[in-house]
Amino acid sequence: MNFLIVLRKELMEQGRTWRFLIVAAVLALFGLASPLLAKLTPDLLKSIPDMPPGLAEMIPPPTLTDAVVQYVKNMNQFGILLALLMSMGAVAQEKERGTAAMMLTHPVSRLVFLLAKFTALAVVFAVSLGLAAVGCWYYTLLLFEALPWGPFLALNGLMLLAFLVYVAATLLCSTLARSQGAAAGLAFAVLLLLGGIGSLPRLREYMPGRLFEWGSDLVLGGGDPAWPALWVSLGLIAAALTAAWLIFRRQEL
Amino acid sequence: MIRVENLHKYYGAVRALDGLDMIVEPGVLYGFLGPNGAGKTTTLRILTGLARPTSGRASVAGVDLTTDGRRLARRIGYLPEAPAFYPWMTPREFLDYLGRLHGLSAAQRAARTRELLDLVHLAEVGGRRIGGFSRGMRQRLGLAAALIHDPDVLLLDEPVSALDPLGRKEMLETIEDLRGRCTVLMSSHILADVERVCNVVGIIHRGRMVLQARREELMERYAQPVFEVEAADPASAQRWADHLRGQPWVVAVSVEGTAARLTVRDPAAARREILASAVAQGIELRRYEEARPSLEDVFLQLTNREAT
Repeated sequence: MNFLIVLRKELMEQGRTWRFLIVAAVLALFGLASPLLAKLTPDLLKSIPDMPPGLAEMIPPPTLTDAVVQYVKNMNQFGILLALLMSMGAVAQEKERGTAAMMLTHPVSRLVFLLAKFTALAVVFAVSLGLAAVGCWYYTLLLFEALPWGPFLALNGLMLLAFLVYVAATLLCSTLARSQGAAAGLAFAVLLLLGGIGSLPRLREYMPGRLFEWGSDLVLGGGDPAWPALWVSLGLIAAALTAAWLIFRRQEL
Repeated sequence: MIRVENLHKYYGAVRALDGLDMIVEPGVLYGFLGPNGAGKTTTLRILTGLARPTSGRASVAGVDLTTDGRRLARRIGYLPEAPAFYPWMTPREFLDYLGRLHGLSAAQRAARTRELLDLVHLAEVGGRRIGGFSRGMRQRLGLAAALIHDPDVLLLDEPVSALDPLGRKEMLETIEDLRGRCTVLMSSHILADVERVCNVVGIIHRGRMVLQARREELMERYAQPVFEVEAADPASAQRWADHLRGQPWVVAVSVEGTAARLTVRDPAAARREILASAVAQGIELRRYEEARPSLEDVFLQLTNREAT
């Protein structure tokens, strides 16, 4: 099937253009650094000269919770940023360069063209997040205690799903735009929009950002499941990819 | 093999194609000739399925362009004017990738890649990244890419525009060798190239087909006899040209430096009168030649007529 052939090429491209390495390095670095930062932050604060007397004693000792919170915060920030940066040129750049026109006169359907790009990005983020998770788990074990592996796996699965919402939305922007710059602008607008909606108390239960909280709660205990956010995220991915395909199949190259 | 009927294409208020009709018979090497902006690239993009006509019908290799694009993709090869590639790939990898898409086996892909890289003189750089290639090398690789699956119809958009004289000659020879193996539609604004390799010529102007005919027939019907004469200096060439413009057997006179080019309606009268007139006007001649009319003469004649 041509999907697998195009996917193979997309994965090769992620590797040869260093994109895979960049995503893996950034996420793995912050995965490793999160428990380390959680462990060292109180000591760093205590070492600040001229600290008011008594304040140092008020800083609580680091715990497993700090490590997990730090990890989720770092993945949230850098994962979403990377999802935008890695996806914004996926279609727009190929249209701009002319490679899309060149390839689509061969037996590659526009659906396969888009799906292969999304799948390759999903693989890159899954592997990179996997490396980050292994790093975080190992350092947490060394510095604190073992994380429960089942809930920790679920946390990473939920974070991956949230990243893929941004990958799919950025792919849609990249399909709509004629240039990489325009795609980047649109993608940041989508990021702001989703962030804005996520800050509304009634709607945040349904937004992908809630998946990060749910994942933390699974590891640390407590909190309610956020099934609506999970279904909405899956729906957003499907809707963004369908819209991208409907637009792309009508576009002249 | 290619049939286009009353094709229209508008980009907003711009009329890129204005009722284009074209028939390309199987096995011919068709030269699609026209000035820049005439609608050649638009036609080719429609024929590849990359653009849609505003109205009209078109079919390639029996595939109606409104039907499955993948079926069309297996029958055609397309070389755009500025072919684009993935810069991180090597020519070998790129051709292998296309071979996979066309369902060739590993052995077929290896053999075809070798054969095509030899054909376009890129065998030595087959393992180098395409990112460092010149425009001419990309154009040659583009031809190899278009031929990977041995298509029934080959669509070439200005295939030699980026090549140096030697590359141009080699590319035209390669295209000429394809005659009979597949149907070739080659767009160009370079008349000499079309004249050199194509056996059927279609002339497009302002989105309409001005004329299509076999090259010999076109020359017979439309090429008026031409004489080229060179005077000793530009001033006397111009003075003599002004005198000749009034003669009844002269259609047109153009002067470039010391050379005058005469299009005539009566070659016998021209043969008699040209030298006599030069002597009468006291013009010192350096060269006198009865030239073979070129496709350029036909092209200018037809497009000027269309423009007026």
